[in-house]
This record gives sequence, structure tokens and C-alpha cells, in this order.
Amino acid sequence: MLTLRLFMLQRLTALIMAPLVLGHLALMVYAIRGGLSTGAILARTQGSLPWALFYGTFVVAVSIHAAIGVRVIIGETLKTRGAVLNLLSLVFCGLLLFAGLRAVISVTMP
Amino acid sequence: MIRPHRNHPLWLAYILHRLSGLALAIFLPAHFYVLSLALTAPKDLDGFLHWADMPSVKAAEFGLVFLLAVHFFGGLRLMAFELLAWTKDQKTWAAASVAFAFMIAGGFLLRAI
Repeated sequence: MLTLRLFMLQRLTALIMAPLVLGHLALMVYAIRGGLSTGAILARTQGSLPWALFYGTFVVAVSIHAAIGVRVIIGETLKTRGAVLNLLSLVFCGLLLFAGLRAVISVTMP
Repeated sequence: MIRPHRNHPLWLAYILHRLSGLALAIFLPAHFYVLSLALTAPKDLDGFLHWADMPSVKAAEFGLVFLLAVHFFGGLRLMAFELLAWTKDQKTWAAASVAFAFMIAGGFLLRAI
């Protein structure tokens, strides 16, 4: 049952991320012209609620999505099961959430 | 010896999706750490971005953009395959995912250099 729920959750987060990934790809192709600098990044994102929501949603979805994906790979290749597998995936999800939201706050805080 | 199923083009699509996802998951913490330098150490971030202007780093970034794009297009194909009615052109869509990803990563590289 947990496996089915995680399967559905991974597809749901993928659907949430689909437009966000397209936006992120478009932004990267647009913004890389002429090189990047801290000033150029912050000029676009600092104090911007839309960017904070865009990347905040992205971070939450990707943390869940990546943790489930890595969980499947660990389970299949290392044959890890049960509590150890649950702990590993939760720790990875937590690490991504913490580091990701910290990064979003760092570049969008006014 | 390569096992027979591994010669199927859709096995390549599967392994590309899995490896690109794994690589992106490994890359993400580093990506987040570098961005958070904007708050904690802006000078270090500027130094990093200056370092990232090197051609070899641009080539690595091309690879990262390709991985994200191919995971995105491959994932769309996978979900269509799982949720919609079966179609016979799965191999075509898998090949198209790689082609679209090269187009986006190539566009990124051409603007970056």
C-alpha cells in the first residue's frame, strides 16, 4: 500500500513540476547569455513573491520526487527494505527540503 | 554478455531516465548550497560564478541541462505510457525525448559561449 501511495505521489509531484521545469529550462537558456553574477541573479529574484512561490513549490515537489526515486533505486540495487529504507528516504527528503528552501530564501528574501 | 532485454531501445530509455534522475538527485544538494551562498557569502558566490565561466564548466552545464531536459521529456513519455491508451510509437517518443533534450541543451550552450 505504501509503495502504491509513493508511486502515485511521485507521479503527482512530476505533474506539478512539469510546467516548473519548462520555466526553469527557459530561464536558464535566457539568463546564461553574457554570464551570471550574484547581482544579476538577485536583481531578478530578490523580494519577488512570484519567484519565491515558483521555486518554493519546485523545491517541495522535487524533494519528494527525488527521495522516492532514490528510494526505489536503493531498494532495487542494494535490496534495502523496511525501516532502514524508510529512514534513508526520509533523511534524503529532509536534506533536500532544508537545503532547497534555504536556497530559495537566500535569493528571494527582500 | 549483454542480456537480451538490454538490447531493446526502451531499456535504454529506462536506464537513461533512471541515471539522469540519480545524477540530478546527487547534483541538487550542491546546487542548493551554492545558491544559498547569496545570503551567507555573496563574494564566494561571485567567485564561483566567475569560475563557472570556464569553457569546461560550460560543457558540464550543457550536460546538466541535457540531464534535466531528458528526464523531463522521458518522464512525460513514461506518464503518457502509464496513464493514457497504449500507442505503438513508444520508441519514436523515446528517441524524440533525447532529440528535444539535445535541442534545449544545445540552445543553452550556444547562448552560454
